[in-house]
Amino acid sequence: MTAILTNLFDGVAYGMLLFVLACGLAVTLGLMNFVNLAHGAFAMAGGYVCAVLVNRMGWPFFAALPLAFVASAVIGAALERTLYQHLYARSHLDQVLFSIGLVFMSVAAVDYVMGSSRIFIKLPDVLQGQFDIFGVGVGRYRLMIIAICGLLTVGLQLVLSRTRFGSRLRAAVDDPRAASGLGINVPQVFAFTFAFGCGLAGLGGALSAEILGLDPYFPLKFMIYFLIVVTVGGSSSITGPFLASLLLGIGDVAGKYYVPKLGPFVIYTIMIVILIWRPNGLFGRTATR
Amino acid sequence: MTTNAQTDVGFHAKQHGRWHWSEFAFWIVVLAVGLAFPSRYLIMTEILRLALFAMSLDLILGYAGIVSLGHAAFFGVGAYCAGLLSVHGIINEPVLALIVGGLAAMVLGFATSFLVIRGVDLTRLMVTLGIALLMEALAERFSNITGGTDGLQGIDIQPIFGVFAFDMFGRTGFFYSLAVLFVLFLLARTIVHSPFGLSLRAIKNNPLRAAAVGIPVNKRLIAIYTVAAFYAGIAGALFTQTTALASLDVFSFERSADLVLMLVIGGSGYLYGGLIGAAVFRMLQELFQWITPQYWMFWIGLVLVVIVLVGRHRIHAYALWLPNLILKQIAGRKAAVALTDNEAP
Repeated sequence: MTAILTNLFDGVAYGMLLFVLACGLAVTLGLMNFVNLAHGAFAMAGGYVCAVLVNRMGWPFFAALPLAFVASAVIGAALERTLYQHLYARSHLDQVLFSIGLVFMSVAAVDYVMGSSRIFIKLPDVLQGQFDIFGVGVGRYRLMIIAICGLLTVGLQLVLSRTRFGSRLRAAVDDPRAASGLGINVPQVFAFTFAFGCGLAGLGGALSAEILGLDPYFPLKFMIYFLIVVTVGGSSSITGPFLASLLLGIGDVAGKYYVPKLGPFVIYTIMIVILIWRPNGLFGRTATR
Repeated sequence: MTTNAQTDVGFHAKQHGRWHWSEFAFWIVVLAVGLAFPSRYLIMTEILRLALFAMSLDLILGYAGIVSLGHAAFFGVGAYCAGLLSVHGIINEPVLALIVGGLAAMVLGFATSFLVIRGVDLTRLMVTLGIALLMEALAERFSNITGGTDGLQGIDIQPIFGVFAFDMFGRTGFFYSLAVLFVLFLLARTIVHSPFGLSLRAIKNNPLRAAAVGIPVNKRLIAIYTVAAFYAGIAGALFTQTTALASLDVFSFERSADLVLMLVIGGSGYLYGGLIGAAVFRMLQELFQWITPQYWMFWIGLVLVVIVLVGRHRIHAYALWLPNLILKQIAGRKAAVALTDNEAP
């Protein structure tokens, strides 16, 4: 029983981590309909910024986290203004090619600057060790991830559904021409949203370094997981990707524990079955394109 | 007017499958290059293999408009199939093993085509990618059959037809690959110029309209996807036979991604695009590896980004500018127009 509970907890924590990493993609791919396979590269950027600040410059972990967000967001905004914005209207194939190109470039560039070995971020003492609740080992760090993720989910959902910015974004996505006719600055809304999505990825990258490990091949290794979260979850709300992350996290941890022989087989099968059953994702709306 | 239009259609149908003299020239040049650089057989064989693989993707992406990020699944099945047949000595004739490898991939292609025809571009990308990853996971898990991360051990390819043994210079491998590529090219050429091939173009341009004029869209897509899987399987089996290697990386995502890049460089929607793209890609890779052995991936990525930003069609227009100019001088305007006509819209 405790083994099941421990697994469940680890699965939830892993799922939440995936959600933090992928919710930026849920915004860019899900809402803006841009197939950005380079999402993991922004996550990696955040992770490395955090690692350099903490390990080399001795910053406290909690001070480095916001900076990881800001750094990735700035990179994202710069790239959006210079490159990405020209590709919104292009075919999905063009977007895929372009973002794969960016991934290849980022892998080689990070390898060049930071070396190819895997690095970890030094955690503060507060986050190390675990609580013992009724015999279930609850890691402090994982608990913190769950807490951060819970706040993010609620916050994002509120921003998208309740605020003026959220409604502007939805309008800009659904019909850019009509939206700009109503006085919405569509390019600005898109740029801000894209940068925000990249920032979230960076935050996720910084948080995930401890659990997933950080090396130059990070964007390629986890690309499929982010994509699964978003395509399986669907794009109409933030709830879809959230539930998909949970499903994926619990499924992956349980799969590795109970049927180690099959490994990632379980996850890919779940994804393919769900996509055949519902091509637009579990909570998706009909595709516009 | 009506008669005029009808004769026009008839004229185009006849013209469509006819060989242009530049095509003869292309294959003669390929053979001549092969004969001229005997010390480069290994890399030239690799290019031929990639060309076959790229042609396979071209059949579904360029002609039918199916986006795939997991074409390596079929390549890998063909590779492992040929390798296993050799290791266990089940089929010792390379050509036969090649065909069996292709058929194995074809079975997988037919089975998965039902998944691919559902949904939009994004779903297709994900499902094809997922299938390739699934195959990789399977190959890794069933290591007692596949050798896991070490790959297959003890692949020893017997002489072709019992006569032509594979030599260490790759001479046999080269001519074997060239022969396979040429035969399959002829087959692909027949397919794309047939009414079936023309209906695929109609589907690519507008699936709804194609269905409205009575083309059974899904059946046609399943058929071409299965054929393309066969081609990719042959390419994989050829890989195993000419290198005596089969390991997990035959399924890797990079392999599928590189393939799309080759097609983009060469141009999709005409058969020579894949062939030219594979050659250019491999030579670029060689160049970058020579300049920066460790970081060549950066430059490949940069090439991709630039190609997309400048626009694929504009790049091909630039690339065709010089040949067009020469053709205009030699054969007048008609030939030049014929060359651009082959290009993807």
